[in-house]
Amino acid sequence: MNPAPAIGAGHESLPTILYLNGVTVSFDGFKALDNLSFYIRAGELRAVIGPNGAGKTTMMDVITGKTRPDAGEVFFDETVDLTKLDEARIANLGIGRKFQKPTVFENHTVFENLELALAGDRRALPALFFRLGPAERARIDAVLATTALAPVQDRAAGSLSHGQKQWLEIGMLLMQDPDLLLVDEPAAGMTDAETEQTARMLREIAASHSVVVVEHDMEFVRDLGCRVTVLHEGSVLAEGSLETVQANPRVVEVYLGR
Amino acid sequence: MAGWRPGFTHLLGDRGGLVLLTVLAAAAVLVPVLNLLVPPTAAFHVPTYLVSLLGKYLCYALLALSVDLVWGFCGILSLGHGAFFALGGYAMGMHLMRQIGTRGVYGHPVLPDFMVFLNWKELPWYWHGFDHFAFAALMVVLVPGLLAFLFGWFAFRSRVTGVYLSIITQAMTFALMLAFFRNNMGFGGNNGLTDFKDLLGFNLQADGTRAALFAASALMLAGGYALCRFVVNSRFGKVLVAIRDAESRARFLGYRVESYKLVVFTLSAVMAGVAGALYVPQVGIINPSEFSPANSIEVVIWVAVGGRGSLHGAVLGAVLVNYLKSYFTGALPDAWLFVLGGLFIAVTLFLPKGIVGTVPALGPGRCWKGIDAATTQLTRLFGGGRTQL
Repeated sequence: MNPAPAIGAGHESLPTILYLNGVTVSFDGFKALDNLSFYIRAGELRAVIGPNGAGKTTMMDVITGKTRPDAGEVFFDETVDLTKLDEARIANLGIGRKFQKPTVFENHTVFENLELALAGDRRALPALFFRLGPAERARIDAVLATTALAPVQDRAAGSLSHGQKQWLEIGMLLMQDPDLLLVDEPAAGMTDAETEQTARMLREIAASHSVVVVEHDMEFVRDLGCRVTVLHEGSVLAEGSLETVQANPRVVEVYLGR
Repeated sequence: MAGWRPGFTHLLGDRGGLVLLTVLAAAAVLVPVLNLLVPPTAAFHVPTYLVSLLGKYLCYALLALSVDLVWGFCGILSLGHGAFFALGGYAMGMHLMRQIGTRGVYGHPVLPDFMVFLNWKELPWYWHGFDHFAFAALMVVLVPGLLAFLFGWFAFRSRVTGVYLSIITQAMTFALMLAFFRNNMGFGGNNGLTDFKDLLGFNLQADGTRAALFAASALMLAGGYALCRFVVNSRFGKVLVAIRDAESRARFLGYRVESYKLVVFTLSAVMAGVAGALYVPQVGIINPSEFSPANSIEVVIWVAVGGRGSLHGAVLGAVLVNYLKSYFTGALPDAWLFVLGGLFIAVTLFLPKGIVGTVPALGPGRCWKGIDAATTQLTRLFGGGRTQL
């Protein structure tokens, strides 16, 4: 086992929720992921940083079943082989994903967006006769409160501000109640105040979920205060606390030095 | 609580739909009455040709409704729905052919005229059973439904979307047209099926039968509308719109997109088949030109004109464009295709939401909001509490 760093300590004894080993993905000869290996413990909050083209989004695609790796293994919860499953199965196993560009259902209201994300039966025919019960409405109300969206719950999601859309998408992830959340650049395009609020929201979520955050914004990563993995050219360049990786000369060379 | 309403108030809140259902119910009663009971000399008499013409419009409206369900709510632009309509029509046509019996030109008790003409000695296996109305009715639903299911099974599983899907739906209807043109397919070749005599024992030329077929079309359209409204208001319908707007988001939320598409596509094809089955006895013929790709494209234009994604808009568009077609092909036959093309361009450029989405007076809200406001004022004036619908 790797020596545990100062930050992220306390999770060593917990089971591995996500395990990637030797994952390689090539697009027309270009290796988007090159023998990538790393793992996340249950309950951990982890930031993944790296320059453009480092393979951050491809890594998310592999974990959520959008892209099949050419080689390597991806395990969820130590036993489930994710490379064999499609997106819907993986989502139902308990892996939620937030896209880089906020992706919500623009023509549905905020409330309906959350309702659609609500954990439960996803089959087509039962959906014809589905009725929202009081317990489910209470859950939606709770998430509306967490994401500060209660006042706009009846507005079409398309009419929300950029920041509100990001929060709505995070709220939708919460409705799914996944064990593992993959969050791609949640602070992109946000004001400073919104960025801070988002970091607070994610720390709150990380208290009861495992969360992987991909981010460019160093201030935001500092706000998260968690262990950091640096990707470069499709594999792990460094891992540790933000201070440790920022002091790493190779990291400075490929990323921070620019 | 806002954002949550029990299902039935959705129907009550659906003003455009209520108007449509009222008009259909009134038409189902009034048109037959004005045709059968009002003497031909009276001003309000509806001549029989008009009854059948209106009945034909209603069948087209049901077809448009089925296209709107998949295109307007799930983003599946089918350019081949005419195929399902035609298959339903052929199933009904086969039943009507078997009903002719010995009254055909060749007087053969079992074989339809075209088979005798082709020197066939016995009925092909797939014509068996069509002498029973119930069997034919089952086939009207089953054949288009099964084809749509198989087509969708492969297309949606392979994640064929957008313009590629449109092209293969178009190829499907084109292939069926070529197949049905062949004499040895056993569906009457390019002449199709015609010379029908009666349906369920009623003479198809009689005014009463025509009026009954009209009423049946109106009721079927009303039923189709209510079914579509139920589907799009359910959680299933919300998922459809979610798929239309952000398919991968829906997938990552755990929805099996292909299942939803398959269910709605099959349902829509069944509706189109029923429309075709009602259409054939009213126009008296079904031939392979019903499969022509241009027909399916025309349906899309009806929906676009009326208003994509609003069910009553599809109905309005179908009736309006077909009325224009009847008018122009009579008055200025050479101009019709230009009118149709111009209409499509004009709607795309100036009315992207169609008539229902654009013209306020016809929109689902405005006019009723006006009435609502007026009633509120009135009840306030008279000191009473406002009564809810």
